[in-house]
Amino acid sequence: MSTVIKVENLSKIYKLGEVTTGTISQDVNRWFAKVRGKEDPFLKVGQVNDRTASGTRDFVYSLRDISFEVQQGDTLAIVGRNGAGKSTLLKILSRITSPSIGSAKIRGRVASLLEVGTGFNPELTGKDNIFLNGAILGMRKQEIKSKLDEIIDFSGVDKYIDTPVKRYSSGMYVRLAFAVAAHLEPEILIVDEVLAVGDAEFQKKCLGKMKDVSGQGRTVLFVSHNMAAVKSLCEHGILLKNGELVGRGTSQDIVAQYMGMGLAANTIKKLEEPIVADDIDVTEIGFRPPNGKTGNTITEGEAVELFIKYKVNNNAADRYHFTFHLHDDQGEVLFGFSPSRDNESLLNGEDTLVCKFPTNFLNVGSYFLALLIVKDKRNVIRWEKDITTLTVSTRLHEMGTWMGKEPGFLVPSFLWEHQS
Amino acid sequence: MNQNTDEAEEWDMVIQPTYGLFDLKLRDVWRYRDLLLILVYRDFVAQYKQTILGPLWFFIQPIITSFTFLVIFGRIAKISTGEVPQPLFYLSGVILWGYFAECLTKTSTVFRGYSNVFGKVYFPRLIVPLSIVVSNLIRFGIQILLFLAVYLFYIFAMDYQPHITYHILLLPLMLLLMAILGLSLGMIISAMTTKYRDLSFLVAFGVQLFMYATPIIYPLSTLSDKARGILQWNPMATVVEGMRKGLFNEGLFSWGYLAYAFGVSIILLFVGIVVFNRVEKSFVDTV
Repeated sequence: MSTVIKVENLSKIYKLGEVTTGTISQDVNRWFAKVRGKEDPFLKVGQVNDRTASGTRDFVYSLRDISFEVQQGDTLAIVGRNGAGKSTLLKILSRITSPSIGSAKIRGRVASLLEVGTGFNPELTGKDNIFLNGAILGMRKQEIKSKLDEIIDFSGVDKYIDTPVKRYSSGMYVRLAFAVAAHLEPEILIVDEVLAVGDAEFQKKCLGKMKDVSGQGRTVLFVSHNMAAVKSLCEHGILLKNGELVGRGTSQDIVAQYMGMGLAANTIKKLEEPIVADDIDVTEIGFRPPNGKTGNTITEGEAVELFIKYKVNNNAADRYHFTFHLHDDQGEVLFGFSPSRDNESLLNGEDTLVCKFPTNFLNVGSYFLALLIVKDKRNVIRWEKDITTLTVSTRLHEMGTWMGKEPGFLVPSFLWEHQS
Repeated sequence: MNQNTDEAEEWDMVIQPTYGLFDLKLRDVWRYRDLLLILVYRDFVAQYKQTILGPLWFFIQPIITSFTFLVIFGRIAKISTGEVPQPLFYLSGVILWGYFAECLTKTSTVFRGYSNVFGKVYFPRLIVPLSIVVSNLIRFGIQILLFLAVYLFYIFAMDYQPHITYHILLLPLMLLLMAILGLSLGMIISAMTTKYRDLSFLVAFGVQLFMYATPIIYPLSTLSDKARGILQWNPMATVVEGMRKGLFNEGLFSWGYLAYAFGVSIILLFVGIVVFNRVEKSFVDTV
């Protein structure tokens, strides 16, 4: 098998804040060094792109020393948290931006889908836009002509193909845009989370098409947060964290590593400093699997419990209450819960309170916990948002079942009976 | 780094931090030539689709401008246009200047206007300025028809004697010169505006001022020697006077100044290309 992509020591450096160094003389100095092909004299050594740390430096490595190879016909997932550098890597491989250090060597034609409908002009008809978008993506006019019917067919907008695109609904727009891109025949296809747009049916269609593409022996690079799609489509994967390559292997391994990474960082969070509010201190809080089991994977359907370790001074326990809010990753409150609603109160002195969630309760996704400390049943004396997170990951589904995520955040079990 | 295996393997594309300053990637541009035509098509169709007058705007704009010049500069200010009938004089100037000005202003907004598309898809960026030149060429061609109509009218209805000289054959060369000038200046401005936004405001009104510094509204011959000496350093002056010489046999044209004009444009072209290339690579990060 031949190597079609070879990335060596690829790094991308961004300047934060002001785009110039601030003085013309330094700018000119840096420009001169660049023109001569030398390294930027104003770069500080040893900086890592960590969005969670506050920036004190002027430069940031959004990609740092990335090296990997892709064989022909492989389907490679590029996985990582937001800000890990995935989109930057794709942009470099798509020649939209250039690397600061290192190189990427490519064999074969590359087509990138970083956004659907790039270059669509609202005044032109659907058909005109097929040609425009196709040409922008690198197709020859002849090619587009020969595939025109297929594309229109795939998009499902044949009735409206001669109306200006500004009249299309967003769904039609996206379907048409993807239809064009789906009929590119590059040797290497790079797709960046375009599945995030569109409904479940559309996503299924896209995935199906990409599978066809890879089935034809073409190479696919796929960035997504949808782990089910990743496992279904990709053989191999690489994991990026803070701009660095921290994992490579089969997509199974990579997904597990990615989920584990999230959980290890999130679920059991030792508070940097205990929360001190009047007579009550909270020292530890987090989610964990029940019954003292170890392991960080909480998959859908499994039990999970919330524990909170606290201390009440001065025998004041009957004046204090905890209230918890569970948020989704959009910030919406899903529900609130508290020990007092279930007739449980706080104890004096040191205690660890454990709340057992029902099984078959929370759907796949990320959840954020907010803690409210209430005094005298009415004063909220502390409100800690996002104090800890819970990530519920998917189980491995059987092949052939629907790969998407069930809607909603609850997946409760009900009792069903027939009454005939 | 294993030099041997790299040379033994053949890579279609190598992405690196530093390209040559003059790497135009012309092969890429050729590959994307269909895109160029489609962009030109889009320019025409999209612009006029929802207007009533549609393509008539190609004619209306030069007519109104020439008419304004005729009234203000011809009648009121009484600036002479030599032996040439005033409408012909102004119209020819307006059309010629229009080509150059459009090339410049449209090119100067390329990076800002296309920043969305450039940030999401790769295609050789040079295609866009080239499509601008071609669009304007077509527009120019249409406007020439207008000029011809007026010209013929003057010959047949107003007894104007045509004084066409061989200089008229220089037209393609002049168009090339104007395109190069407009493109280069446009590319330089476009590149600079990615960093310093306020430059784009200067462009529109800078072009206007530049028009007054070019003998569009007046023949070069009406200027004092000193003024003429200064203005002849403007490459556009040579273009306009040369074309006037060709059309009406009325214009101060010298081969020396033509050579100079070409020299200036070639230099500007190099600067424009270098600047454009550098910015092309990094502007996605800075815009």
